[in-house]
Amino acid sequence: MTETVVRVAGVDKTFVRDGDARTVALSGIDLEVGRGQFVSLIGPSGCGKSTLLRLIGDLTQPTAGTVSVNGKPASRARRDRDYGMVFQAPVLFDWRTVEDNVRLPLELLGQPRAQREARAREMLSLVELHDFAGHHPYQLSGGMQQRVAIARALALEPSLLLMDEPFGALDEMTRERMNSEVLRIWEKTATTVVFVTHSIPEAVFLSSRVVVMSARPGRITNLIEIDLPRPRSDETREERRYFELVTQVREALRGDDETGHGSTERLAAEGTVG
Amino acid sequence: MTMAEGRIRRGRGRQIVTFVAFVVLLLIAWETAKLLGGDPWRYFGGVWRPPFRFSFASDLNLPHVWEIAAAMARPVQRGTDQSLAGFLVGASAYTWREAAIGFVAGATLGIALAAAFVHSRLLERAFVPYVIASQTVPIVALAPIVVFAFGQDVTSVVIIATYLTFFPVTIAMIRGLRSPDPRALELMRSYAASRWGILWKLRLPASLPYLFTALKISATASIVGAIIGEGPGGIPDGLGRAIINFNQQYISGPEKLWAAIIASALLGIAFFVVIRFAELLTLRGRPEASFA
Amino acid sequence: MTSAAPSVGIPLPAPARPPRAARLGRGLAASLPPMVTFIVVIIGWELAASRLQSRPYVMPPPSAILAALVENWSADRWPLLASAQHTFFEALGGLVIGTAVGLTVAFAVSRWASARDAVLPLAVAANAIPVIAVAPIMNNWFGVLEPLSKMMIAALLVFFPVMINVTRGLTQVEPGALELMRSYAASEGQTLRKVRVPNALPFFLTALKLGTTLSLIGAIVGEYFGGSSDVIGRVVVQSASALRFDVTWAAILLGSSAGIAFYLVIAAVERVLIPWHPSVRGEQVG
Repeated sequence: MTETVVRVAGVDKTFVRDGDARTVALSGIDLEVGRGQFVSLIGPSGCGKSTLLRLIGDLTQPTAGTVSVNGKPASRARRDRDYGMVFQAPVLFDWRTVEDNVRLPLELLGQPRAQREARAREMLSLVELHDFAGHHPYQLSGGMQQRVAIARALALEPSLLLMDEPFGALDEMTRERMNSEVLRIWEKTATTVVFVTHSIPEAVFLSSRVVVMSARPGRITNLIEIDLPRPRSDETREERRYFELVTQVREALRGDDETGHGSTERLAAEGTVG
Repeated sequence: MTMAEGRIRRGRGRQIVTFVAFVVLLLIAWETAKLLGGDPWRYFGGVWRPPFRFSFASDLNLPHVWEIAAAMARPVQRGTDQSLAGFLVGASAYTWREAAIGFVAGATLGIALAAAFVHSRLLERAFVPYVIASQTVPIVALAPIVVFAFGQDVTSVVIIATYLTFFPVTIAMIRGLRSPDPRALELMRSYAASRWGILWKLRLPASLPYLFTALKISATASIVGAIIGEGPGGIPDGLGRAIINFNQQYISGPEKLWAAIIASALLGIAFFVVIRFAELLTLRGRPEASFA
Repeated sequence: MTSAAPSVGIPLPAPARPPRAARLGRGLAASLPPMVTFIVVIIGWELAASRLQSRPYVMPPPSAILAALVENWSADRWPLLASAQHTFFEALGGLVIGTAVGLTVAFAVSRWASARDAVLPLAVAANAIPVIAVAPIMNNWFGVLEPLSKMMIAALLVFFPVMINVTRGLTQVEPGALELMRSYAASEGQTLRKVRVPNALPFFLTALKLGTTLSLIGAIVGEYFGGSSDVIGRVVVQSASALRFDVTWAAILLGSSAGIAFYLVIAAVERVLIPWHPSVRGEQVG
């Protein structure tokens, strides 16, 4: 395969709360993501998929093991601004217009004004929001706000895009359209993406590879290659191979419950968390 | 649960420690200022002459802490055997009683007004601007008029305290009574609950955090109102009068005015703390929005 | 606008400005009830005051107050204009001093989490101290005849809300925003400038609006405990003891007009500085 962008080796993450209560969020995680890949992390609530993403983004540090990005430690990569991040909430600044929000990372980098403006406008065209450049975030719908957040994340041309359930709060129809949108942008920019989700169809539709995780402790149980042809479109969602892969991921997720460490109480408990 | 409670208790313990530490620091700063720029210290037969002269740190403008403490123990006036401390405790209790009556009246008025405004958009539009404007009328300025209208007795003082108390409660309760989730209101309507039922079972409970935020402000305001009102109100027994009298006797005994000020500060903080405890008790089990 | 409709997401209609007539109508609907209240109260007061009272008017009719206002505008005994100017000057000075110190302390305190945790509850408790009790001391320290002594009392009243509100604004930032800045490896200074300060702006303006009325109250309280005679506080006390309540009311009217004007200026500044904030957009907050 191509060159490795993300390398997670032997990572454990334990949270310590109130002095002595420990929660093992992740245990023995190994993961590699190659350049230009689109990798989804999927699993039940509490499997540590968001924690893993935050470890890659250096928003939290592993208890054991190493995380490297572009051959550097994650903290170095963060300081080199190798990342773009999109969170579950858009996290737009109310006091800035849409365009100013997209410009934020460029300002932080100290780019000249003219360059910033050109780049911000380019990014807004990419997410097709150029007509809303002068609006304030509160004037946009949830889906549009999230697209602004994506434009902002892409503004620095990051070599790695980290997305943490970015469409979790959207309705199913909007989500499907956003999925197509993300693929279109990804194909245009050729970035590497690590994407956290708990939607199986979303993971299959988007990814080159789906990483299936299980909870307590969080670990990786399956790696499923998604060999659907690209470019993918709405028709992809109606192909047989698509349904087969969806089923495969679903069984992998369920399989986790049957393999040993799962118990029926836990199953019942997690069923409600969904 | 228990762990969280433990943490809260620990937090409170730390707050008390910080408070004490702050008071100690204040006293040290106070005496340091006097040490550097006050009047000469004459104790135990020796004299310390401070190198600088700060006008605010003279014995007249900033008496020694221990002089204030000593004055507390001395009789409040020549010829009586009541100590200054005893007098101030009595005066504080008296002022607190006035303030508390005004506080209760003002809070009741505030809640009633807010309930009316929440139920009638017309009333709200017609009156809320004046409720807000009423606060730009300097109460001190109103005091003489209130006293003339209602006579020189406690009623006037209570009215002034009420006037200061009702405003924060009204404004906060308009917000608080409107705070329930629209879906909760729809749920109540689906049970065919009456307006009264909705007010009682949904709006009022939901508004409690807002109410207490306002009551903590009002507690101080009511004491300010009582202190201000006592002067023109001709009430001889409270802190307000004591501050005026001791201010006039300042040249002969600055410690007394300082003692009265300290008593006012303690009274204000005490009333605040009482409301804070009531809040903690009432809102037990609800998530705490923010500190204090 | 719809021609380039985006392929994803439903654009909320941008807050389109309603036609002029409709806007005018809505403005009228909003301002009519308070205007009616005003007129009814004034007329009722006028009638009641002139019919019912036999004693020297505690509540003189509005016409008498207006007459007193005109008559004493620049009179010798109770010069209303000059008094209002002096009092306003004291209040403004107090507002500036209190705001400056409040901002400084807030920025210093919010820099360190432990300092903030210690100081904020302390400040909230200290705010419970009836500051008027300290007024005589300020008069003694800064000179009873000096405007500075009144300014310091006003400043003391203004300090606490500014300090408490701005500290909250600087520290109660959406955690996601801080993570975003961290993911860009933004420096502390950048986070302060681009996140904390804009976040604190609405808090600051709220405190400033409170401060306008508080500073006037502080100035008048200070005057009440003595000082030069051509200030609102003294005019009120002296005219009331001379039973000239028409003058007293005129002075109060002037004082509150200054307060309202002061407040409206800050509210206008708010509209310019934070048009995006829910409180300005007319939505309900929290």
